[in-house]
Amino acid sequence: MASIVLKDIVKKYGDGFPAVKGVSLEIADGEFMILVGPSGCGKSTLLRMIVGLEDITDGDLEIGGRRVNEKAPRDRNLAMVFQNYALYPHLTVFENIAFPLRLAKGTFSQDEVRRRVEAAADTLELREHLDRKPANLSGGQRQRVAMGRAIVRQADAFLFDEPLSNLDAKLRGQMRTEIARMQRRLGTTTVYVTHDQTEAMTLGDRVAVLRKGELQQVASPRGLYEQPVNLFVAGFIGSPPMNFVPGEVRDDVLHLPFADVPLDDRLRSVVGDRRLVIVGFRPEHVEDAALVEDGSRGVAFRADIDVTEWLGSELYAYIPFETNPEVAKKLEELDRELDGEGLRSQVVAVLSSESRVRDGDTAELWIDPARLLVFDPESSENLTRDEEAARRIDAETEEERRAALERAQRREAASGGAEDRERSASARGAA
Amino acid sequence: MSATVPAAQGSRTAEVEPGTGRGRGGRPRRAPRSERARAEARLGWYLAGPAFVVMLAVTLYPILQAFWESLFNYRLTAPEERGFIGFGNYGVILTDPVFWRALGVTTLIMVASVVVELVLGFALALVMHKAIRTFRGLLRTAILVPYGIITVVSAFAWFYAFDISSGYVNRWFEWVPGIDADLNWFASQGTSLFVIIASEVWKTTPFISLLLLAGLAQVPGDLDEAAAVDGATWWQRMRRVTIPNMKAAIMVAVLFRALDAFRIFDNVFIMTNGANGTEVLSLLAYRQSISRLEIGLGSALSVLLFACVIVICVVAIKLFKVDLAGARGER
Amino acid sequence: MSGLSTRQRVLWVAVAVLVLLYALFPVASILATSLKPAGELQSGRFLPQNPTLGAYEQILVGGAQDLFLSALRNSIGISLIATAIAVILATLAAYAIARLDFPGKRVVLTAALGVSIFPVISIVTPLFNLWRNIGLYDTWAGLIIPYLSLTLPISIWTLSAFFRQIPWELEQAAQVDGATTWQAFRRAIVPLAAPGVFTTALIAFFIAWNDFVYGISLTSTEAARPVPAALAFFTGASQFEEPTAFISAAAVVVTIPVVVLVVLFQRQIVAGLTQGAVKG
Repeated sequence: MASIVLKDIVKKYGDGFPAVKGVSLEIADGEFMILVGPSGCGKSTLLRMIVGLEDITDGDLEIGGRRVNEKAPRDRNLAMVFQNYALYPHLTVFENIAFPLRLAKGTFSQDEVRRRVEAAADTLELREHLDRKPANLSGGQRQRVAMGRAIVRQADAFLFDEPLSNLDAKLRGQMRTEIARMQRRLGTTTVYVTHDQTEAMTLGDRVAVLRKGELQQVASPRGLYEQPVNLFVAGFIGSPPMNFVPGEVRDDVLHLPFADVPLDDRLRSVVGDRRLVIVGFRPEHVEDAALVEDGSRGVAFRADIDVTEWLGSELYAYIPFETNPEVAKKLEELDRELDGEGLRSQVVAVLSSESRVRDGDTAELWIDPARLLVFDPESSENLTRDEEAARRIDAETEEERRAALERAQRREAASGGAEDRERSASARGAA
Repeated sequence: MSATVPAAQGSRTAEVEPGTGRGRGGRPRRAPRSERARAEARLGWYLAGPAFVVMLAVTLYPILQAFWESLFNYRLTAPEERGFIGFGNYGVILTDPVFWRALGVTTLIMVASVVVELVLGFALALVMHKAIRTFRGLLRTAILVPYGIITVVSAFAWFYAFDISSGYVNRWFEWVPGIDADLNWFASQGTSLFVIIASEVWKTTPFISLLLLAGLAQVPGDLDEAAAVDGATWWQRMRRVTIPNMKAAIMVAVLFRALDAFRIFDNVFIMTNGANGTEVLSLLAYRQSISRLEIGLGSALSVLLFACVIVICVVAIKLFKVDLAGARGER
Repeated sequence: MSGLSTRQRVLWVAVAVLVLLYALFPVASILATSLKPAGELQSGRFLPQNPTLGAYEQILVGGAQDLFLSALRNSIGISLIATAIAVILATLAAYAIARLDFPGKRVVLTAALGVSIFPVISIVTPLFNLWRNIGLYDTWAGLIIPYLSLTLPISIWTLSAFFRQIPWELEQAAQVDGATTWQAFRRAIVPLAAPGVFTTALIAFFIAWNDFVYGISLTSTEAARPVPAALAFFTGASQFEEPTAFISAAAVVVTIPVVVLVVLFQRQIVAGLTQGAVKG
């Protein structure tokens, strides 16, 4: 177990291309840290620098309090799960999992290797596949073998490089919970790279959002969702993504393309003397006015619904709008950065599934102005961010994490001891 | 050597997410070469250099030497008469009907054997492609026997089967008009060439069929299914879907075999040794330089033969657009 | 087999028999000839009536022994050495081609392609002259060197194709798993590369084993003459005896290893042949 500390890490490639531009990050012992961002943001490079597969151009990398910049991968005692699993095709599942143990010659006896591999196989339900070759396994099984190789040698930390991106949607969900369970039980420091915001939100204790080699924000998933620092983070986190519309300030009213919001104290103070801002709101914060019981807090507005999608649990309504040319460029650029297709400017509203809004309707919708985020169109900074609230959220989640970790390990200690006794008894029986 | 390699890897994975793009091309190329890139290039040449130099040494050097010697009137048995005659040897050869006859025979053998092999090889490839698992291994093994067998051995096998004294073909095929116990296959041009081409076809069809099989395997199965759904007959699917999609493989197979057949030597040497109008270019060159020790003339013939091969290549690549690099996945 | 109707099954068996007949008939023919006693050689029949191993006796332990066994020794030795050198050089080159980014990678591949289409006879004339001058004529080295022009190009192509398919990130995975650079190479990469190297060696050996032009042009005695050339110059036990049976017996003997290798490694050979030539 170890903490991982990155201090001003820089990665420049031979041709001077800066892939990582001074990232500082402290990953606590036992913490599950997610590195997330669109493709090309430097997240994989960062992970490969931690594990030692890429040289660090500048800055310090400390693992367990010791600087390891110059250490070879094998001396860092880290375990990594690669995107396409990197299983050795010529070895059986057993030997694949045993591989790290076999490399440390003389450290482990034959029995010890067998015991450890079987324990790992049991954890991952691979027991009956131990004699097979990787080529004969399904995607999910291969993924589990790769994880087995990681957990078998009790590394100081686990590193995952987009481990679920080659699996289909259903399996991805299952493996996601499997990884979360394993990490909680083992309590091993984990760094997990993904471009998928769902994985980032569900798995991590904290999430580091990267953009073009620069760290944007490190916070708990809830912190990112509720208090993003800028347009990029706001747009990246959440699904469906946050809506951004131009907001023109005239006569103490914020004019949105389809609604006029009178400025309250909060909005007035953050808008200041700006004439034009970018307003963001989450799709799930828009309601069907007909279903809101107490509409007095919010603003009702009429909008032409283009298409609706009924998902059973909720209803997506799409509202096309004409964007303001002054902010259009900014929003297009953001869309490109978020790997978007730049199709059309539209607002998504996630309504209750009971809503009767249908394609082509002019619907009466409702939103609470307190939910609106206001961004500076020049700096893309979130003007409505509340530092105090952000700190509180992170403190709360840190507290919850500790509690969950302790609970999981107490349970593990209770059941693990019993299992161990059982296993040694059966081993004696076999002998 | 391996110590420097993982480091050198770094510059390649720059923006390609690890694991997805490695080694499959499509790496963004950037203009300035860094120290690391130079080190990688140096290592590359250290490793590939020896093979490269050896290849050049065993081919480029001899052909240049041959070109030089072809400019002399030079006979090994009379070295003192050696004298520079410019392109005189070429003049002698190109005005001699023996050369043109040999060129004609060689071309005939090349065209006939490649055409037959292509048809036969395609049929074999289809059989292996469609064959069920139980037969696939057996068929592949069988087909590799002709490939692996020594050409000289195959030439003897065919020779003895057809030979008027030790053969049995005449007796077996007596019922065919024109064949009787007294037919000496190796006494006239037509029959000799028939046996020569037959043995060449037998020996090299497996190779062409394996190339075509690989080409067949690269045609996505759902294309064929889509065509079937669209109402195409078996023949239409073959002609309009399968063959166009494996054109590259066919072209490469044909070019390689054509060049190979153009160099034919072993069978002819064993069966007729060039008698009765079966002299091919390689045999002519061999006879001039090795048997008659006419180094000057032999060298000139060698150079001409090499020129012919280059012409065939250029024609194939320019005229038929054989995309060697494309067919080899070098895109 | 389960989903096959009887008619289809019969059809497939018929096709298989046809292919087998095609592939093996000439081999059977020369085998039959080799078993014929001298009196039967002109019988006009395919099968010998009174099969005899006389010819084999002659070439292996009898009068023609010197001729044949020395040729066999030469063939095996020269082909093995030429194969080994080609495979070693090609392995290094293919590693560089598959793994490293260096200018001239295409040049090497193109050169290999160029050399592989080179007419052998064009090289023979100058070499014949040169070898006589520097004393390599009729020696093993005098054949091994030109054999590289046959074995090296195909080895480079085949191995580059094989090496391109190796998932090289396994080497990195092994390093993270705690392997030294050498261990990572030895335990993750070598086991994956070895089959390709082996297959390439097999194909290269076949090609060297098959050579005839160099064999008859650059040798003159038993010192270096390989089997195919020796077969062509075989004259039988006496002046007046047709060497048919001896040649056939010798041909069968040198074909046996080919058949054995083909049966054992057909899958690998097919993979190697098609990869080098098509997918490269």
